[in-house]
Amino acid sequence: MILLSTGFDFSKIYWSEIWTATWDTLRMLLFSGLFTFIIGLPIGILLFMTARGNSIWSQMLYRVISFVVNILRSVPFVILMISIIPLTKLIVGVSIGVLGSIPPLVLAAAPFFARLVETSLREVDRGVIEAAEAMGATKGQIVGKVLLPESMPSLIAGITITIVTLVSYTAMSGLIGGGGLGDLAIRYGYQRYEIEVMVVAVILMIVIVQLIQVLGDRLVHRFSRK
Amino acid sequence: MIQLKQLSKTYGNKHKQTVALSDIDVTIDRGEIFGIIGHSGAGKSTLLRSINLLERPTTGEVWIGDTNLTALSEVELQGQRRKIGMIFQHFNLLSSATIFDNIAFPLRLVRTPKAEIEEKVSKLLKLVGLEEHRNKYPSQLSGGQKQRVGIARALANDPEVLLCDEATSALDPQTTQSILRLLLDINKQFGITIVLITHEMHVIQTICDTVAVIHDGRIVEQGPVTEVFLKPQHAVTREFIREENESAELLDRIIASLPSNDHTEVVKINFLGTSTYQPILSEVVQETGVSFAILQGTIATMKDIPYGQLIVRFEGNKEAIAKTCEMLRAHVHELEVIG
Repeated sequence: MILLSTGFDFSKIYWSEIWTATWDTLRMLLFSGLFTFIIGLPIGILLFMTARGNSIWSQMLYRVISFVVNILRSVPFVILMISIIPLTKLIVGVSIGVLGSIPPLVLAAAPFFARLVETSLREVDRGVIEAAEAMGATKGQIVGKVLLPESMPSLIAGITITIVTLVSYTAMSGLIGGGGLGDLAIRYGYQRYEIEVMVVAVILMIVIVQLIQVLGDRLVHRFSRK
Repeated sequence: MIQLKQLSKTYGNKHKQTVALSDIDVTIDRGEIFGIIGHSGAGKSTLLRSINLLERPTTGEVWIGDTNLTALSEVELQGQRRKIGMIFQHFNLLSSATIFDNIAFPLRLVRTPKAEIEEKVSKLLKLVGLEEHRNKYPSQLSGGQKQRVGIARALANDPEVLLCDEATSALDPQTTQSILRLLLDINKQFGITIVLITHEMHVIQTICDTVAVIHDGRIVEQGPVTEVFLKPQHAVTREFIREENESAELLDRIIASLPSNDHTEVVKINFLGTSTYQPILSEVVQETGVSFAILQGTIATMKDIPYGQLIVRFEGNKEAIAKTCEMLRAHVHELEVIG
């Protein structure tokens, strides 16, 4: 109501374009979130397990993975996105649109999520892992039956944080024609001074972030047993 | 059953080494309850963890039955560990799993059929008295109940050996007693060999058959609990017993305050076994005509063996006192003249 009374003219908005953009954003979040999870989770587990290992090989592997993860995390997303365009074309065939934005999003978010996974696993009680070892659990069983179930609430919180971060990344992918709400806000609001579109797009992004956070918090609560 | 041969463990690198264990030689018989006592940092935890190789010793061998654990591959070791149950000071239960699932955990590791798991876990829940808690989570239970879950979980694979890592140290005295009773029951009922570590002498006294005293990574004394308890050789052992019997210092003061001459003698008399409950002292003094005063005394049991220790001051003529001591020596476990 405040917005309505400040002189914005919402009749100018092409709503169909807004819905398309919303749908694009949701698709980008869904797919990049999914692949970030699929790729980031094992890397996070690997980081945790190799850091714990005693052998020289395990220590070396940890350093290598950790180094790569740090590099990917320190390159600003915009630069990362542009610099991997050839790779993106190789993977998905195109470098623009929803499809073209997914590889850079995953490449930026997976290392971030991997670190969150590593931190979550470190919080698992050392004694519980030891108890499983004493019962003859294999490494795979320790991961599947101890580490993941015990850190579930923390992992869900990590996924939530990662997806919320992806929401702001998707906005930047507008620069390479990635589409979505962020792209819309920049094109109309920033470049064409159509403030109304920008306001609506930003409000929709806020709504998406809120929904993700509420859903994540609920799931965390449901899986908490402590 | 369990043999630790020339075990040693050092941490650190070439420049800075910490010795956690050295020259450990221990033999634990099948079916006994073996206690290891030591102060924190003495190496008892490392020693216990060497038995299932959670801590790999730097040198030496660990034998369980006919298997040399130290020579096994990772996979073979995992198989052997399933035959060794372990319980912990902080219980180490899965907080995300129900009591039922916690106890079923070791069974699921070896893909036990569902029906068998159900049957076995129900039996174990009954054994530890937690049937009505099967669907609760560990955070809903008290410390003692959590340890019972730990015990049930440790027994799920029908182990031959149960390792107890300070299993009662986080519990109050009453709960400690009930957990110790449960361990004793399990030992008797299933013949499981139990190895426990503790820093409390009363735990050793309540359930152990054999005790080893560890100090600075070495075993300084070991033997049957009754022997070690009544005749401690090493200073550390004496210290542990003295902690139980705090009046030792008081006794020194009492003895010093009393006149000492040819007509008096202070002796320490140890009773062991059924003779503890016989009127030996009374019969002997009636015969020799010596009178006595008891300065201090304990009558208790070690596991189920009665024992007593009396500090007695005799008064009478020198020969009669000597005769009294001689006659007593024939009937009691031990008699020592103090002053």
